[in-house]
Amino acid sequence: MIEAIGLTKRYGNTVAVDDLSFTVEPGRVTGFLGPNGAGKSTTMRMILGLDRPSAGKVLIDGKPYAKLDRPLRTVGALLDAKWVHPNRSARAHLQWLAKSNGIPQRRVDEVLDVVGLTKVAKRRAGGFSLGMSQRLGIAGALLGDPKVLLFDEPVNGLDPEGILWIRRFMQGLAAEGRTVLVSSHLLSEMALTAQDLVVIGRGKLISQSTTTEFVERSTENTVRVRSPHADKLGAMLVDKGFTVREDGEGVLIVSGATSDQVGEVAAGGGLVLHELSPQRGSLEEAFMQLTGDSVEYHAETGK
Amino acid sequence: MTLLAVERIKLFSTRSPWWCMLLALGLTVGITAIIAGNWNEGPMPVLGAVFAHTFGLYVVMVMAALAVTTEYRFGTIKATFQAVPDRISPMVAKAAVVTALAALVGLAAGFGSWGLSWLLAGDTSQLALESANDWRHVAGVGLVYGAGALLALGVGALVRQTAGAVSIILVFALVLESVVGLIPNIGDDIQKWMPFTVASKFIMGDPDQGGMPADAGPPTVGALSPWGSFGYFVAIAVAMFVISLVVVKRRDA
Amino acid sequence: MIEATGLTKHYGRTVAVDDLSFTVRPGRVTGFLGPNGAGKSTTMRMVLGLDRPTAGRVLVNGKRYAELDQPLRTVGALLDAKWVHPNRSARAHLRWLAKSNRIPVRRVDEVLEMVGLSQVAHRRAGGFSLGMAQRLGIAGALLGDPEVLLFDEPVNGLDPEGILWIRQFMHRLAEQGRTVFVSSHLLSEMAQTAQELIVIGRGKLIAQTSTEQFIRDATEDTVRVRSPQLDQLRALLGGARVEDSPADGALVVRGVEAARIGELAAANGIVLHELNPQRGSLEEAFMQLTKESVEYQAHD
Repeated sequence: MIEAIGLTKRYGNTVAVDDLSFTVEPGRVTGFLGPNGAGKSTTMRMILGLDRPSAGKVLIDGKPYAKLDRPLRTVGALLDAKWVHPNRSARAHLQWLAKSNGIPQRRVDEVLDVVGLTKVAKRRAGGFSLGMSQRLGIAGALLGDPKVLLFDEPVNGLDPEGILWIRRFMQGLAAEGRTVLVSSHLLSEMALTAQDLVVIGRGKLISQSTTTEFVERSTENTVRVRSPHADKLGAMLVDKGFTVREDGEGVLIVSGATSDQVGEVAAGGGLVLHELSPQRGSLEEAFMQLTGDSVEYHAETGK
Repeated sequence: MTLLAVERIKLFSTRSPWWCMLLALGLTVGITAIIAGNWNEGPMPVLGAVFAHTFGLYVVMVMAALAVTTEYRFGTIKATFQAVPDRISPMVAKAAVVTALAALVGLAAGFGSWGLSWLLAGDTSQLALESANDWRHVAGVGLVYGAGALLALGVGALVRQTAGAVSIILVFALVLESVVGLIPNIGDDIQKWMPFTVASKFIMGDPDQGGMPADAGPPTVGALSPWGSFGYFVAIAVAMFVISLVVVKRRDA
Repeated sequence: MIEATGLTKHYGRTVAVDDLSFTVRPGRVTGFLGPNGAGKSTTMRMVLGLDRPTAGRVLVNGKRYAELDQPLRTVGALLDAKWVHPNRSARAHLRWLAKSNRIPVRRVDEVLEMVGLSQVAHRRAGGFSLGMAQRLGIAGALLGDPEVLLFDEPVNGLDPEGILWIRQFMHRLAEQGRTVFVSSHLLSEMAQTAQELIVIGRGKLIAQTSTEQFIRDATEDTVRVRSPQLDQLRALLGGARVEDSPADGALVVRGVEAARIGELAAANGIVLHELNPQRGSLEEAFMQLTKESVEYQAHD
């Protein structure tokens, strides 16, 4: 569990993180979202004790990072895959990390195997592709078999197979009861990965909720209905007070109703349905809706 | 002309060429100032004012090598070849700009050193530029810097890595050419044909009578006349550059 | 239009690209997919004349890249946002590029504006974040207002707003009739971006088809059904393959069309709460087809 309470970080006159409070629960993958410059990295660095908060605090299982005994056994983190000495081998990199927290050396080979780097363990890390560095970073995060894991853009540089692997892997870690906090800009990926979301903008909390709630709250939910009796069904739905829009031959888009309600109306009239699909907005739409005014560099939309 | 402008923008939109040029000038002129200020073996000769030219030469060559190795280091070489896929013309343009710039730095270093010696030396009776040889000693620095830059550019384009190119140039010029002279029997004969030794002969060689006190300054060796020496040095530089062009054209970017 | 014919590249004994033929048509966004080491980057480099094919050829608008006059006006490319001198300003970087193809300097300011970098145009590129560097690379690709555009992982480092922007931007470029060729590993992103796909593995062509067709061919459609009379409906579906979705008590039906299930329900007076045809994802389709050609297989 990670708890931020009134977390604040100022760099000179700039407020990077502003009175931020949130909780990351164990047993779930929590996505950490925000536009560039929202303060995500700063927050993660404060969680890890790399940056000192100007005010407030952040606790891991009830303790600040610096108070943790053998922190790698409690918290594993992948913040930047490039934080490896280029001339050191993957294995040597993990060996010194393991040594520093009294983690047995055989764990090094275990995690190398988990991330699929066993064959290149003796090669110098400087020659690794971004995807391989990323896997090495993940191996480092796993070394201490920690209860809390932080990942910053973990799919960066991974190929489709690697992306699928890390997604399943993170979900697996959460299923084991661990706390998993993942920061990412790839919303279509996060929609598949994260059950909970912490969304920040300009250093402030915008939302903390489940992913489903987040999307439902800020996008319109409609029901798509396809039926050979679309006209009749449409009229019945309007009578019930729902808003109905035609979307091509035999297709209706119904707002203000759940698919359950639409299904009951159709069954009541003995009407055949060919499709009855609740339509949810995308995480991207919801995110844009909520963070619209807190982005850093706006590109021109016209050309 | 367009490509010359492209290379000019590239060179002057980063700082390192400026630093190299300042360093080349400062080092050469500065060391000359020390020599001139301490000259007490009679009148200072013209040659005394250009002893230090080799320091600037090395720096200018490093600048020339950097002009191409940084393109490889930072990947801009791909953008260059995307913009001008024949590859030869941007390399030639780069050579033209870098060579011309190096020559200008050389002229500034030569005449700057000479001018400063005029101010600092006790006895300047021998320092006036009175003969063709005197002019060659001073203005020749510009020519040698230009040719040296072309040579370094060729090495840089071949090696592609800054550290590699700079080490090759410096180790060759500072170590290898002197060490070669130590090989028994044939050493001297080989040394006579080493490029930097020959280039030095162009600037320092065959001074006017009395232009040089005995055993002051570096010895000049070589079988060629001064201008023949320059021709030889230029030929080596051009050859190196042409080889690099062939390789750059054939190699994957 | 980009046409590769028998394109092959060997590095020593390694075959990076192996007799690859494909066509990228104008007016659409074409995605270029493949596992790591499949040869995507090498192919893109050969399109741009940076690497020389060992055999075969690749033509852009009917010509080899090296034969193009002022190539930046025909082909714009973003292969690696880091290919900028770190001590040069964004503007100076674009200025020399523009100069090399006689593109007027005012266009430099135009493209900087377009990607939203006008305010930092005079800052040194080395201090840019990955997202800003990416935008600078995109600006460089757009300089010559080219008909053909190549992007390698264009959303790399961009934030959600930037990702949405570049996706919409690529769509608009394609609508203008340009050829847009995008390589990426982010399949959930590509599913929304690319209308056409070229998929390679181990240097060989695996598929060239529309995104829709690609997914349809490699995955099975299912229908999600929710109903208060689910057991009755299950009985009616008889031999069809069904499985329960534990999360919300829905039934997932394979091999029966949604319309058919709807007819069955109506005929038997069964109320439906959901009848939702589910498409396979691009990711599933991709995994299905490229199983054999992945580089580092991780396992757990």
